[in-house]
Amino acid sequence: MTDQAYNFAYLDEQTKRMIRRAILKGLAIPGYQVPFASREMPMPYGWGTGGVQVSAATLTPEDTFKVIDQGADDTTNAVSIRKFFQRTAGVATTEETDKATVIQTRHRIPETPLGEDQVLVYQVPIPEPLRFLEPRETETRKMHSLEEYGLMHVKLYEDISQHGAIATSYAYPVKVEGRYVMDPSPIPKFDNPKMADCPAIQLFGAGREQRIYALPPYTKVVSLDFEDHPFDPSKADHACDLCGAGESYLDEVITDDAGGRMFVCSDTDYCRARREAGHLGAQAAVMEEEAGA
Amino acid sequence: MQSDALQGGFTDAPVQSAQAFRAAMNAMARPGRAETLDAATPPNPVSRAAGTLILTLCDPETPVFLGNSHDTPAIRDWITFHTGAPLVGPEMAAFALGDWAALQPIAQFRSGTAEYPDRSATLIVEVPELRTEGAVLSGPGIQETTLFSLPEVAPFQQNATLYPLGLDFFFTCDSQVAALPRSTKVEGT
Repeated sequence: MTDQAYNFAYLDEQTKRMIRRAILKGLAIPGYQVPFASREMPMPYGWGTGGVQVSAATLTPEDTFKVIDQGADDTTNAVSIRKFFQRTAGVATTEETDKATVIQTRHRIPETPLGEDQVLVYQVPIPEPLRFLEPRETETRKMHSLEEYGLMHVKLYEDISQHGAIATSYAYPVKVEGRYVMDPSPIPKFDNPKMADCPAIQLFGAGREQRIYALPPYTKVVSLDFEDHPFDPSKADHACDLCGAGESYLDEVITDDAGGRMFVCSDTDYCRARREAGHLGAQAAVMEEEAGA
Repeated sequence: MQSDALQGGFTDAPVQSAQAFRAAMNAMARPGRAETLDAATPPNPVSRAAGTLILTLCDPETPVFLGNSHDTPAIRDWITFHTGAPLVGPEMAAFALGDWAALQPIAQFRSGTAEYPDRSATLIVEVPELRTEGAVLSGPGIQETTLFSLPEVAPFQQNATLYPLGLDFFFTCDSQVAALPRSTKVEGT
């Protein structure tokens, strides 16, 4: 039921037009951060205000909306954003990746491959990949305009000289269509290959930093690396203890204070669907028992 | 102002503009693929698709240029009443509307700056038809290549060489729209 006290999808029409124009520019210049006049939202910065504004400008009443937070549909942030648009835009919601038309995400890309009729909206904390190397916006903007990305390679090289390998494991920088270096938001580097040649539209919103950027479908996205230290989308060397999946990204969960732990899929919908299809992991029986007790 | 100018806008602006934007976004994300836009009824000779785009994207913050094919009092009144967008010369415009000949030379429009390539104009070009034949398009949004009927080839090749600067185009015909962003590479046949 749409809450009649608010405009459709909460934001006023002029704000949505401004965001929509920024999204179109972002799609026309993949990987370039388009400045936009970010609004105060009824949630604090850091809770996905950028993603929420992009979703508000993108949603239509016909959409089915899914929200994930680190892969999970049932965390506070995901539940509250899903309810927010249920109330203000009257959209249907789902937890199933393949039934959603718009998916807002914090820090993960779903395991289920996305299709042509889907839009993935990322919540972005720091959109500027060079920010921790060069704090001045005037300078990073100049570096992007001159395609001066040597500093980023120096950073990755210093990783290798200190740790023997590129130690960056999330928010791993990518180069888009051979032009802009882009922060993929703090997704694990395991997810980076899913951004390339993706049939879905990918939109990125950073509310506090007031930037929107985008990847059209089938865009070339290359994780930065070196010939002798190629990019490695690593994950925990384990299978999911609940559904047995060997190919999904895993969270490590501490289960007691005696060193007990288990690895479970970070994507809750993927894990649930696999268990419903009869796949069982090493500790699935134990979990069933405890749930029943 | 003629009272006709008051007609032909959205009847349910929040929902119709959301649906229209999704069509425009899909068009821009998939160059050369046509989408339907038919919520507005603008004065002749503006197509329904072009009128809907203007209502969806233009407001007092976006100066609009009308090419002489579309620069009539009825159209000026309609855009002013429904969007409040200032009507300006080509060098100031964020959006431009006209047929292909009326928008020449396209070099007169802003193509952005090296630090802010987004500060560029978007051209809404009215064309007699949208067909999936003619120029070969490739680039972001296109899986391999796609065919699209561009009014000319050379100006769009020239535009693509400016990347990341350049102009973005919507082509409108009746209630259909297709787009060509600056990132698309164009080859003639």
